[in-house]
Amino acid sequence: MASFWEYANPLKFMRTTDWLLPVVAVAAVVLTTVGLVWGFFFTPDDFRQGSTVKIVFLHVPAAMMAINAWVMMLIASLIWLIRRHHVSALAAKAAAPIGVTMTLIGLITGAIWGQPMWGTWWAWDPRLTSFLILFLFYLGYIALWAAIEDPDTGADLTAVLCLVGSVFALLSRYAAIFWNQGLHQGASLSLAPGTRMDWAYKAPLYICMVGFGLIFVALVLAGTRTEIRARRMKALVLRERMA
Amino acid sequence: MIALLTRDLRLALRAGGGFGLGLAFFLILAVLVPLGVGPAPATLAVIAPGILWVGALLACLLSLDRIFALDFEDGSLDLLATAPVPLEAVVSIKALAHWLTTGLPLVLISPVMGLLLFLPAEAYLWLILSLGLGTPALSVIGTFGAALTVGLKRGGLLLSLLVLPLYIPTLVFGAEVVGRGAQGLSIGTPLALLAGITFGAVALLPFASAHVLRINLR
Repeated sequence: MASFWEYANPLKFMRTTDWLLPVVAVAAVVLTTVGLVWGFFFTPDDFRQGSTVKIVFLHVPAAMMAINAWVMMLIASLIWLIRRHHVSALAAKAAAPIGVTMTLIGLITGAIWGQPMWGTWWAWDPRLTSFLILFLFYLGYIALWAAIEDPDTGADLTAVLCLVGSVFALLSRYAAIFWNQGLHQGASLSLAPGTRMDWAYKAPLYICMVGFGLIFVALVLAGTRTEIRARRMKALVLRERMA
Repeated sequence: MIALLTRDLRLALRAGGGFGLGLAFFLILAVLVPLGVGPAPATLAVIAPGILWVGALLACLLSLDRIFALDFEDGSLDLLATAPVPLEAVVSIKALAHWLTTGLPLVLISPVMGLLLFLPAEAYLWLILSLGLGTPALSVIGTFGAALTVGLKRGGLLLSLLVLPLYIPTLVFGAEVVGRGAQGLSIGTPLALLAGITFGAVALLPFASAHVLRINLR
């Protein structure tokens, strides 16, 4: 069994993702399409929320991936800081734009749903506020990557920012809970008994969540491959110039 | 280390050092808000705690890029990095100097600003206490941001983008202390949390700032 750390070698990483990326991408597209079509057209309307309930099939997976993308960046940053594997730093860099997009999807779908249901596009609810704050953290992280020319310095600085930012993002989340009582309902899915969601909704929702997870993996792999290729090209240009 | 502190203070106090910039900004904000919102004492009293805290935060932000930028340009930061004093201590002293020249004057002048904004009488003590307890955190977090962006050409805007999200918990708890104080509610919980953030930041963040500074100087 190959060790996970073997993929720290860019060559090995590229070779494996050569065949892995298309597989993951196709699976992501198929699962997301099936989940969304099932969710949008083959589920009953909720007796109180009507058809607006179906936005959950976009909202919940996007919100889940927005948080998971940050966690993945945190882990990748730690790996970069501790073991100095370049692939890890590049994967963190590739994950940030996807994370910020997922956060935006979560915020926008939430606003579209909130308008008919809560009667407002926006409320300073802890969950909504935390997501807006997460969005700001993503922006800062991406801006720092964009501002630094030297790739290794950029990787180091953004990794530290990611660590410190994670602590403060968590603090902000609890500050937001402390600061204002919420309008947002509790978790839609929970392992605790007596969950409120019917399987008619849960099945397509789970498919969508897996699909969004795979989309994220596929995009991170593609982004990392692009970064590796960009670095190779830069090295080739430098070599040309030296010769 | 004391020599470094007095040097930084002297540089800030003399002409062109930017001392008083934050104060002037704070004053202008306290003048502009009633002009924008209207002079009704009832309205102003409600928003005063938040305005004062946001004002203090922005005033701190204004002078952050001065913490390392000048020393970086004339090379004295490289000397400090190679000095026998650990860089973590240098960073802490820099943050302390920033607080003494920006945070402390804000704390001292804040009752006057409260007067301009009709802050309820019960809240003055909590305003001074919460600003006194919270502004060191602003300086220490800001020093981390300044260390991150020290080598960059157009670091100013990036610095605010990086630092402002980090300021959120401090702002929430700080303004909460004053707001609750103004309503005569108990302020124990937010005050304790504010103190926790400040002490945690003062204890841990200099290590991150020094690490980041070393990366930027290599």
